[in-house]
Amino acid sequence: MLTRVLFIVVIITSALLVVNSTQASPVETFEFQDDVTKVRFQALSKELRCPKCQNQNLADSNSTVASALRLDLYNLLIQGRSDAEIIDLMVGRYGEFVLYRPRVSSLTYVLWFGPALLIFIGMIVVFLILRRKPIIKEELVLNLEQQEQLKKLLADGDDTSLASKSNQEQANKE
Amino acid sequence: MNKIIRFLPLVLVIALGVVLYRGLSLNPQDMPSALVGQVMPDFSLSTLNNENKTVTKADLVGDIVLLNVWATWCPTCKYEHPYLLEIATDPKLKTQVKLYGVNYKDERLPAQQWLAYYKDPYQFSIFDDEGLLGVKLGVFGAPETFVIDHHGVIRKRFAGAIDVRVWRKEFEPLIKQLITEKQQGK
Repeated sequence: MLTRVLFIVVIITSALLVVNSTQASPVETFEFQDDVTKVRFQALSKELRCPKCQNQNLADSNSTVASALRLDLYNLLIQGRSDAEIIDLMVGRYGEFVLYRPRVSSLTYVLWFGPALLIFIGMIVVFLILRRKPIIKEELVLNLEQQEQLKKLLADGDDTSLASKSNQEQANKE
Repeated sequence: MNKIIRFLPLVLVIALGVVLYRGLSLNPQDMPSALVGQVMPDFSLSTLNNENKTVTKADLVGDIVLLNVWATWCPTCKYEHPYLLEIATDPKLKTQVKLYGVNYKDERLPAQQWLAYYKDPYQFSIFDDEGLLGVKLGVFGAPETFVIDHHGVIRKRFAGAIDVRVWRKEFEPLIKQLITEKQQGK
């Protein structure tokens, strides 16, 4: 029993180690004067997208352009540029595409508001469908006036059928 | 009216299918450059062949310039190299257009050897081993070619190899336009 538990523990820890090692960034060394700059570097390199390998951020990617951009990002931070300035600069070179969270503009309205609009349209459709059913039910139920009319019609129908029956009987006799 | 509504989902699915099918043939790497229409960025780097010689933007501006980003690690650069030589040696073209190289994220010695072996089509190559000029130009990879007009404004960015077909379709009309612009003194 104990060996089995140990075995499972070993497997889980080794799995975790594997997961961690695949998340490791490409090897480069940057020295930062303070922790704030370091954190900003890490945040920005996660926020900026690698132009070549389009589903990776700068921190993840091993491509040449990503390593050049990391170096450039480092230089800009050392020069004391603000986050907003750096982002503007990157967008100026590579377009909105470099941002993982594109800014709200006429180009990205569909991206930002499209999902909300679709949910809204869906809700309207659901509402319309739900509202339609009770109307059909009410139409199936007759109001008092209509019921009176129905009774009358039924009664008349009985009379006529009786009448036609008696006519037929008479005809048979003759 | 109800009958038309009944077909609405089918119509929507077909429309979606058309949109997605079109998306299959689009190239996601084909990005519009944000730098087209803007002035070429400043730089100060050595040339590939002489590490003591510094070149800047001023060395490029004035002519109609083709700026070709290349590297020895880039197989497509090898493919387009013969055509670049053709552009550089064409008797008419070489008087109108100057071809410069950006040796991008490369090592000096292998790059020099490459040019010695395959011949050098460039006026000179800017040695951008850290890729910082490339980043300023919004380069994604290599090869990429920029057309810069005589005022130093980037007029076109082309990603991929240049051959006869690409040259005729993508570059020739623009080069002609720029030549007339220059002649008219615009």
